[in-house]
Amino acid sequence: MKWSGRTISPGVAFGEVLYSSRSISFFGGVDPTNGVVLESGHPLEGLTISGKILVFPTGKGSTVGSYTLYRLKKNGKAPLAIINGECETITAVGCIIADIPCIDQVPINEIANFKEVRLDANSGLIEADE
Amino acid sequence: MILTKDELALLDGKMGEALSKAMKILVALGKIYHTENMVPITSAQIAGVSYDNLGEDGLDFLNEMAVNGDRVRVLTTLNPAGMDIENWRALGITADFAEKQIRVIDAFKQMGIIPTCSCTPYLVGNLPLFGDHIAWAESSAVCFANSIIGARTNREGGPSALAAALTGRTPAYGLHLNEGRLPTLHVEIPCDIQGETAFGALGAAYGLILEGSKVRHVPIFTGISRATLDELKAFSASIATYAGTALFHIRDITPEANRFALPDEHLVITLEQVEQALVRFSTPEPVETDFYTLGCPHLSLNELIVIAKKLAGKKVKKEFWLTTARPTKEIAQKLGIIQIIEETGAKVVADTCCVVAPIGKKYHTLATNSAKGIYYASSKHHFHTRFLTEDQIIAEVTR
Repeated sequence: MKWSGRTISPGVAFGEVLYSSRSISFFGGVDPTNGVVLESGHPLEGLTISGKILVFPTGKGSTVGSYTLYRLKKNGKAPLAIINGECETITAVGCIIADIPCIDQVPINEIANFKEVRLDANSGLIEADE
Repeated sequence: MILTKDELALLDGKMGEALSKAMKILVALGKIYHTENMVPITSAQIAGVSYDNLGEDGLDFLNEMAVNGDRVRVLTTLNPAGMDIENWRALGITADFAEKQIRVIDAFKQMGIIPTCSCTPYLVGNLPLFGDHIAWAESSAVCFANSIIGARTNREGGPSALAAALTGRTPAYGLHLNEGRLPTLHVEIPCDIQGETAFGALGAAYGLILEGSKVRHVPIFTGISRATLDELKAFSASIATYAGTALFHIRDITPEANRFALPDEHLVITLEQVEQALVRFSTPEPVETDFYTLGCPHLSLNELIVIAKKLAGKKVKKEFWLTTARPTKEIAQKLGIIQIIEETGAKVVADTCCVVAPIGKKYHTLATNSAKGIYYASSKHHFHTRFLTEDQIIAEVTR
């Protein structure tokens, strides 16, 4: 399978998909020291986003969340890449300042069906083996 | 996006890594909000200054941006810090926190940013003109600049405002465009609103009524016949906090309001609803109030003069902070105003405020006349809160 989306932040990545049907607030919602999702009742609560291709609809919450992504990267706990349905300011700025590849405007519910994906955020392409 | 030769050079890293990163932020925002081009700006205001919010990683990012010696291209000022830069010891700030806070300010200074440390840049030398494109963070100042001055800015975050300041431009979407400034909701106020507390409560009432609304409206208010600068300052802060509003119009008061026909969508806010907002944000049976503050947003010179008159000759028996910008404090000092206030035992605190200072663990119940202050006191610091008028606060602290 191949999908073509919009480049938000460049870079390439290959790894395991971690899918959330709900939006994510990085500030307060994710532990910056280990990447574990803290928001109570969130589908990813207790799971770590670190080292994953994190797929979710869109970001929410405080603009300080951009610094949380930067902090995760500095701690070696950032996601490998982010794929959004529709990216917003907090996630976009966070990915750029932390050098995390990011693509949006792709059907994330389709990508959710695959265990691993390869992503080239320079060209906006995402690939998965059938 | 369609970029100029200069913009492409910045993006490609020909002018260094920091400027390339700045340009990447702006291009990404341009893409997200579907604009083709950048617009030159005349002014920037940067938030994310308190070490309490920024942390070590935010500081790392600022140092990374400052390391090449790049300097801002437009007049750029700074939001409040986590402490009074000159007088932090008296406020019980630790030496460790102070050292880190100074490093944050130094990183900004290195980039040519003026450390005003105020949420009211328009009162201390960063005053854009009507129609100017600017890139401001600090939601209350964004709302004031758009609504009261008629300058044009979206609600920037710390990094995007810094990116705009370093490159001198911002993506032209949202409130930079004429269509983004059209009112979408007519709000009728059939009652007399007077004083900063009442204007703050009106902003909170508006936010509560529209809670859960999917659309972020540009409201146009009718029925408000007069308002002072200080009331509009309080209203801008409140409506930005409770409704996420970045632009409002008030018929016959704000500069763009009379250009537009009233939209069909219509709402009435009654005196009862305004009064309910006041009650809602006061803890029902408050434990003893141990922290009183005025100055969110920062007190203007006129407010300091009025407060000094009310306090003169009295004794303040509570922890009572009056927060303001350092330049305002210095003028007031020359006028003898600060001496009058400090003789009573009240503290005039510059560079910081009750929202960003690390006061969370020290006090339990906060009383203020600021609707915005109330919001952050309860959500960020988990204080009990009491939403009072300036006169009520002065009466309680001197009782």
